[in-house]
Amino acid sequence: MLEDIVSIPLPVEETLRIRKNVIRNGEGKRICVVTGIHGDELEGQYVCFLLTRILNRNPELLHGSVEIYPAVNPLGIGSIQRGIPGFDLDMNRTFPGSDTGVMTEFVASALVNDLAGADLVFDIHASNIFLTEIPQVRINELHRDTLVPLARQANVDLVWVHGNSTVLESTLAYSLNAIGTPCLVVEMGVGMRLTGEYGQQLTTGILNLMRVLGIWDGDVQPVSTPIVADTEDEVIFLNARCSGMFMKTKRHGSWVKKGETVGYVFDPFQGKVLEYVNAEKSGLLFTIREYPLVDEGSLMGRILVGGGAAR
Amino acid sequence: MKETVILRTANIYRDDFRLRAFTFGEGEKALCIVGSSRGNEYQQIFMCSRVLQRLKKLEAEGRFEENRQVMVIPTLNPASMNIGKRFWSIDNTDINRMFPGYALGETTQRIAAAVFEVVNKYPIGIQFTSFYMPGEFQPYIQMIHTGYENPEKARAFGLPYIVVREPRPYDTATLNYNWQIWETDAYSLYSGTTAKISVQGAEVAVDAVERFMICNHILKGTPAPAADVRIFHYDDLLTVRTNCSGLYHNLVPQNARVTAGQALAEIIDPCTGEILETVYSPADGVIFFRYDDPLIYAYTSSFKILREDA
Ligand SMILES: [Zn+2]
Repeated sequence: MLEDIVSIPLPVEETLRIRKNVIRNGEGKRICVVTGIHGDELEGQYVCFLLTRILNRNPELLHGSVEIYPAVNPLGIGSIQRGIPGFDLDMNRTFPGSDTGVMTEFVASALVNDLAGADLVFDIHASNIFLTEIPQVRINELHRDTLVPLARQANVDLVWVHGNSTVLESTLAYSLNAIGTPCLVVEMGVGMRLTGEYGQQLTTGILNLMRVLGIWDGDVQPVSTPIVADTEDEVIFLNARCSGMFMKTKRHGSWVKKGETVGYVFDPFQGKVLEYVNAEKSGLLFTIREYPLVDEGSLMGRILVGGGAAR
Repeated sequence: MKETVILRTANIYRDDFRLRAFTFGEGEKALCIVGSSRGNEYQQIFMCSRVLQRLKKLEAEGRFEENRQVMVIPTLNPASMNIGKRFWSIDNTDINRMFPGYALGETTQRIAAAVFEVVNKYPIGIQFTSFYMPGEFQPYIQMIHTGYENPEKARAFGLPYIVVREPRPYDTATLNYNWQIWETDAYSLYSGTTAKISVQGAEVAVDAVERFMICNHILKGTPAPAADVRIFHYDDLLTVRTNCSGLYHNLVPQNARVTAGQALAEIIDPCTGEILETVYSPADGVIFFRYDDPLIYAYTSSFKILREDA
């Protein structure tokens, strides 16, 4: 059943609607799947499709509620823009919002109020158009104790516990976790594309967590055990030393040895390689640059070194 | 006037990214002025260019005090201004959300780091900032409440309003906030507009900067008489929020004195011309901010009103 969370008339012959699909059977727990905060990240679309299809085919196996929010920034998705069009504002910096605030704050507040009290929320992201990521859950260290055990069951390849920063306090996940509604942030794939296998992998993880929460009786494929990178583990950031075009030579998810080349920056004018991008230490290349154009400083990859990768 | 390049990075197909700084006077670093940090801050770069012209003239007239050096950086982001984009050309990040920067980080973090290393050495900083919404403001000085701010010192600008605002999470990455945390007296000067040039607004700002420099013994001279100053908290402004979306039509000029119940603007159905909403003033006061764009969304702050009795 489709329900409006927000319905605001736009200036000319259109209404902004943020909707969810509520699939319910019985009085059990409630999980929510949110995606599309960033309008250029589409990987979550396929997860919503797969999950809804499974639930539609097997309604009797559900013993609770699954609420699916495929497009919480519909204008952004509809115009291939990361932020909220008209405001050039990152929606994931507007939470928790305010019901007496301006439109963006009002929308943020309505979304938080709607999700509050859920037993588990997934906020699915797809990196951005620049970087490809292996399926991972990112957790603010403040919420480590609640979220890491859940993330381990989500069938992702990596769980990354990172330090807190004030700027992150305006994200949806922070706002929900701060009020005791557990929210897992998933990053996987790349912006503006769909990666079928990642969609299937995460759908299995969601079904698994539904089973763990006692609202799903269906069969679930075995889930894999993720690498858990905690704040003491070392993550190496590979930043471009010059402007040019980046060609990757290693896939995301590769294990790389110290000194190994993961890609290079070239100059099409001169036919020259400007820079070989080498791993400073051995580890898991969990992020690799997808978008070729780089400025000095552009991120080209991330390598997980520490204990997490060694285990 | 001396000119230095504080940052230059090569780009494969565009020209080098180059930030210029201009210094006036000699000796001890006294004041740093930063203009636009976003590509649509035309008024802010314009103000800076006017300040630069004024300082050039004052320097030629021998008006600088001994051992006082002032730096002006007109823009932190020429690359975005040249292509009509507000944020960074490739990844759309905001340089004014990257301070204090990180020299080994991503592109805009590196720009912020290079700039901060230079501007952080000044005991006083003035940034020409903009509001994210289209519209016009009264000229005012804003200070972020960090515990280090001293609004009394802002009286030296001679502007009629000094506003103190509580920091929001994103403020911790702005230039103003980091200046203050690293012990520079930091002031944000709002001159009225952003994407539209206001010559009058710029003149007010240039006079304010000159007055501030005289009061702080950077320039010789007698300060011009100041306007009556009101110091207030940003939250004391009454926000008038719209209920409808449509074509927007202001009924009162910026800066007008209004009375409670007075009609301030109309929102019109763009197809039928019906008036969907009349926006009324909730109190007696002065229009501090006025929205100004052909279209408006529902739940938009169309006016901010400074009450007479606030
Ligand atoms: Zn995202």
